Amino acid sequence: MSTQPKSEQKRAVALISGGLDSLLAAKVMLEQGIHVEGINFYTGFCVEGHTHAIRKKDKAKPKRNNALWSAEQLGIKLHIIDIIDEYKDVLINPKHGYGANMNPCLDCKIFMVSKAKQWMDENGFDFIITGEVMGQRPMSQRKDLLPVVVRESGADDRLVRPLCAKNLAATLPEREGWIDREKMKDFSGRNRKPQMALAKEYGFEDYATPAGGCCFLTDKSYSDKLVDLWQARNKKEYELDDIMLLKVGRHLRPEPHFKLIVSREDGENKFLQGYKKHFGYIEIKSHNGPLTLVDGELSDEDFKLASRIAARFSQGRDADMVTVKTTTREGEEKQFDIPPMPASEIKQEWYI
Amino acid sequence: MSYYTLDARNSLCPMPVIKTQNRVAELQPGDLLEVTCTDPGALNDIPAWCRINGHLVKETREDDSEVVIVVQVAP
Repeated sequence: MSTQPKSEQKRAVALISGGLDSLLAAKVMLEQGIHVEGINFYTGFCVEGHTHAIRKKDKAKPKRNNALWSAEQLGIKLHIIDIIDEYKDVLINPKHGYGANMNPCLDCKIFMVSKAKQWMDENGFDFIITGEVMGQRPMSQRKDLLPVVVRESGADDRLVRPLCAKNLAATLPEREGWIDREKMKDFSGRNRKPQMALAKEYGFEDYATPAGGCCFLTDKSYSDKLVDLWQARNKKEYELDDIMLLKVGRHLRPEPHFKLIVSREDGENKFLQGYKKHFGYIEIKSHNGPLTLVDGELSDEDFKLASRIAARFSQGRDADMVTVKTTTREGEEKQFDIPPMPASEIKQEWYI
Repeated sequence: MSYYTLDARNSLCPMPVIKTQNRVAELQPGDLLEVTCTDPGALNDIPAWCRINGHLVKETREDDSEVVIVVQVAP
């Protein structure tokens, strides 16, 4: 590793997502003697973290936050920033629109780089590092869109992309000789082999390879639930609990004015218990069965319909009758027996 | 040296880490912060955050529903 005299050592803030590219980009800069600290933004939609806490089936997997893991591999500090509230405007009003699903990738990248720029200015750092690779992603990393991020984030020529820098115009740190352009990379396109080779060269193993990217908004099923939420409320808004619940359970909307969230296993059951104060809910009393949250204003008839559906997902699905207890959001309880709904009566279009 | 507590229950990672990070920033070197969480992932994440930022994990304990991590702020 080359070194710079401490007094002249330049400082860079690296966007660390927890994926391989940001890990490598930061490492390329560390190899040039730059002081690097990581920054990780939490939007509420990050696949990182929380999901492992919900489903019991995931508990056998190692529980680790990959952004923290990356920072530990690099030996750098990591600052995790909550941008949940600020991010709402990015998602609800994306200037550059959505991708294949509800993913506002270009606006998201611009926003995160602009936040990194703000952090850089506030903390006396010199430039920003991202793991972007030209042409790797269809929306945020297209060749013609990389300059848009530079311009609209305000980072201008203090934004360095070490993995594809040789394909781009020289940035301020390169022109000023803070970093050596010749030691930067020229990766492009969707081929991951160069990154994997570089990871091997650096000795990185067991790095994260999320199949669906790092954001739930790129997932069709998740996006469908978000759109349904907005349509049902007749306005595009959300709180953190709303978007957490979209990750949990089966979501069914048997009537336009109410939705059911039916837990699929013990882990989700336990997670949903924490929301009983905020929703009406249905419990199966005569058999093992799911906790079902009900979102909306339900009449007695609605509760009966909802209870028959909930009973369908219980161990009593083949019984003549199942005992259920319903509780309204106001705390009014009723217990009664109902026949579980046959599978053939559960309409496919109810599933969100 | 003072002893503080932080309730990070019913929030999922990385929120317990963020809450810990923000609270530690307000404390003095050597202070102790007891963090209570319901997300078992915090048992990995908060110690990892401590390691990379130089803070010390003095104690961890867990039962069926909660985990507790005691962090000592770096000198």
